[in-house]
Amino acid sequence: MSALTIRNLKKTYANGTEALKGIDLTVERGDFFALLGPNGAGKSTTIGVISSLVNKTSGEVRILDYDLDSERALAKQKIGVVPQEFNFSQFEKVFDIVVTQAGFYGIPAPLARQRAEKYLRKLGLWDKRKSQARMLSGGMKRRLMIARALVHEPDLLILDEPTAGVDIELRRSMWDFLIGLNEEGRTIILTTHYLEEAESLCRRIAIIDHGRIVENTDMKSLLEKLQVETFILDLARPVNRAPELSGFTVKLRDAATLEVEVPKTENLNRLFVELAEQDFQVMSMRNKANRLEELFVRLVEQNLPGQQSNAEVAS
Amino acid sequence: MTPRQQWIAFLTIVIKEVRRFVRIWPQTLLPPAITMTLYFVIFGNLVGSRIGDMGGFDYMQYIVPGLIMMSVIQNSYGNVVSSFFSTKFQHSIEEMLVSPMPSHVILTGYIVGGMARGIMVGVIVSILSLFFTHLTMQHVWITVATVIMTSALFSLGGFINAIFANNFDDVSIIPNFVLTPLTYLGGVFYSLDLLSDFWRTLTLVNPIVYMVNAFRYGILGVSDVNVYASLGAIFAFTTVFYLLALWLLQRGTGIRG
Repeated sequence: MSALTIRNLKKTYANGTEALKGIDLTVERGDFFALLGPNGAGKSTTIGVISSLVNKTSGEVRILDYDLDSERALAKQKIGVVPQEFNFSQFEKVFDIVVTQAGFYGIPAPLARQRAEKYLRKLGLWDKRKSQARMLSGGMKRRLMIARALVHEPDLLILDEPTAGVDIELRRSMWDFLIGLNEEGRTIILTTHYLEEAESLCRRIAIIDHGRIVENTDMKSLLEKLQVETFILDLARPVNRAPELSGFTVKLRDAATLEVEVPKTENLNRLFVELAEQDFQVMSMRNKANRLEELFVRLVEQNLPGQQSNAEVAS
Repeated sequence: MTPRQQWIAFLTIVIKEVRRFVRIWPQTLLPPAITMTLYFVIFGNLVGSRIGDMGGFDYMQYIVPGLIMMSVIQNSYGNVVSSFFSTKFQHSIEEMLVSPMPSHVILTGYIVGGMARGIMVGVIVSILSLFFTHLTMQHVWITVATVIMTSALFSLGGFINAIFANNFDDVSIIPNFVLTPLTYLGGVFYSLDLLSDFWRTLTLVNPIVYMVNAFRYGILGVSDVNVYASLGAIFAFTTVFYLLALWLLQRGTGIRG
């Protein structure tokens, strides 16, 4: 049984904007799934339809095998949503927000209070339980939304850019928390702009662009499609010209930094040997961009309107 | 959801609503108490003493039921329109929309929340009126039925207003430019017998006339219109408004993309 099945999902807004042009997507139970795409690609509309915040135009959505049209209440019991924007009453207390949400799911008050305590503690918000939500920092507000989404203990958790605006330390602790949830058996779908986040957390990935899925595969297979990786090399001494290296494309970014495109067929040892022969000493080396980011940009560029793309077929 | 789960969800909304208007009591409970006290002092005592009897009662006694009903109407409507629009404005309505709560539970929860404030303010105003005049209840069940149905009807009105509202101006237009004039011209301060035939006929188009008179009949035992027809009309309007609000909510008008 899949955690989420979407068939030929289409959404056209009242102003004529065709946000989704027939999406097919399957997320297996226990998966940690990334849904990526540039702004306006259709990610939030997809999540909106799954979470019943947006009316679909046509298509089928099944959550844990419950049809969202004919078995809506059962499907909704199984899903928890952490939206991109803060969407709680700013004047309510943290504890009340979580307990009230449990009430909306028909959870009796004693159990609701118990669960609220459990998740507020896990997310480091227990000390803030009596504070009004508006008094929380951005990171705390985001964690509050996660606690709220978990209070009915859903099987499928969808997070729309959960770490946007969160500092690095907190982001790492949220990653650990999400990994823990996934290890407990929860299926997690997240959208993010931090591709490093998707690469670190997710096992499968779908890329959506212009309302279509342009890629849907596991992370390893996707990264294998990356034919060229770009590295930045910091040099020990300034130079006034780029070295000539056969098989590599080299650019001089500034007097002490090289940008080298390395095809997948080449090995890095030969690069360093040739650099040494030409008296270029490398002090450090890093990827120009996250590998996934590089691939993402290439895929999205391929899919630009007017360009023929064979990436439009979901794998 | 099982019936028990729906009941818990319903109570959650009602408690949330009551907690909200009690928390901000200086904005919700205090102003009508002050305004109505001023009405009692100015219209009842100062002006009323020169007006003499109306409908067989002194003027103060005559206007009290209308003023209580005015408070109930304004506060039931105001509670739901402001609360539900705020949930739209702050997007916290999404908390309910993602949950498995059926639309009728959401609607009924908000309506009962609005009724709770309307009736609570009605009780406060009734207690205050006792400092100025003597009141007895002639027909308890008519009084209770009128106040319950009227508060439900105007809570529904507030809910429908909030569904269509896109900004705070839209929330205040109906109360300021429709509800207040209709209430003032709805027989709160005068008997329809004082009006010429033309104005009396025109006034009978105003639905608030029937609510004020039904309530006045419950308290004082006098009415300018047929009380049972009034109760029937209020019930019919409440039913129609409930079905309309439910249909709009299920469609997602103004709240779903």
